[in-house]
Amino acid sequence: MLYIPGNNPAMIQQGGIYGADSILLDLEDAVALNQKDAARTLVRNMIKVTNFYDAEVCVRINHLSTPFGLADLEEIVPLQPSAIRYPKTESPEEVADLLVLIEKIEDRHHLPHNKMTLHAMIETAMGVQNVFNIASKFSRIDAITIGGQDLTADMNIIYTPDGIGIDFARKRIIMAAKASHIDVIDTVFPDVNDEEGLKKETEYAKKIGFTGKAVINPRQIDVVHEVYTPTEEEVRKAYRIVKEFRANSAAGIGVFAIDGKMVDAPIVARAEYVLRLANVTVA
Amino acid sequence: MKPKIAAQSGTFESSDVIVLIEPLPEGSGRKIEISSTVMQQFGASFRQIVDEMLDQYEMTDIHLIAKDKGALEPTIKARLETAIQRSLDQQEGTVK
Repeated sequence: MLYIPGNNPAMIQQGGIYGADSILLDLEDAVALNQKDAARTLVRNMIKVTNFYDAEVCVRINHLSTPFGLADLEEIVPLQPSAIRYPKTESPEEVADLLVLIEKIEDRHHLPHNKMTLHAMIETAMGVQNVFNIASKFSRIDAITIGGQDLTADMNIIYTPDGIGIDFARKRIIMAAKASHIDVIDTVFPDVNDEEGLKKETEYAKKIGFTGKAVINPRQIDVVHEVYTPTEEEVRKAYRIVKEFRANSAAGIGVFAIDGKMVDAPIVARAEYVLRLANVTVA
Repeated sequence: MKPKIAAQSGTFESSDVIVLIEPLPEGSGRKIEISSTVMQQFGASFRQIVDEMLDQYEMTDIHLIAKDKGALEPTIKARLETAIQRSLDQQEGTVK
């Protein structure tokens, strides 16, 4: 997921060419307070005509406690981007209030309530504490994300490259997402010049369960893709597992072995996930 | 409508346009100055976008200066709209 500042026309119009899986047009932290109106109008106009190719387009609005949040909703909801990302989500109650506002706008524009989804951004200690209730209660929330910089600020700690200060939050948020069967996206890696550090952090994010990672510069996309894209060997192995599973299932066999290793339902599920990531269908 | 205050929007960055608006005395009409890095190719269409946007807001007694660095039409329209609304002092959600 590539963050693009909402008041930068050059970056918005080029956003689709870098191959990110999703693009986040940011009206919040990337926009100066005295340019919020300009960014909102620009994003509204650009979404209508810009070709973002296959990327999912999300818009991060400002929090409703600011003077900008409601105006953002009024302009962005009628455009029905893939998702709206809501910053500093702290409780299911505020999500419910947000959804009421969104649905009122959708009703005024004769839009369905089930097309555009919501991403809840968890970036305060309170949000981390309430994350399962946020993630699990609303069918429109299809992803939660962690905002590392704001979270460390809220915790009065310094963000360090080893991520130790937010490790508990990362894992709690992941578990809430997994239990709710929704995506969970890791925070950005702020040093765009440290490719090795980005790779290390992305590998860790993948290992502990994040389904993707946010980036702040197109240069970071390839590193994240490289980590998340299954290798040819992994795809071949997954293909073989799924193929043999189907053959064995047809013969009434649930558990079998490949190269001396037991293959059961969790192994098959993992192999199917790898094939989905690689966009491979078993013949 | 007439501008109430001087206002601007946009930047001098590539693919952007900076728009400045100031009020003129009663009966002055419209004074428009456009400069662009692509004036020869797109100057006429740029002027048409400006006229249409000013017509939409029924703006008069206005001095508008636009300095363009190759902005696309949605950007030009967004910057014009923002500058006009700021000049009318009716932009909601803006910290001045």
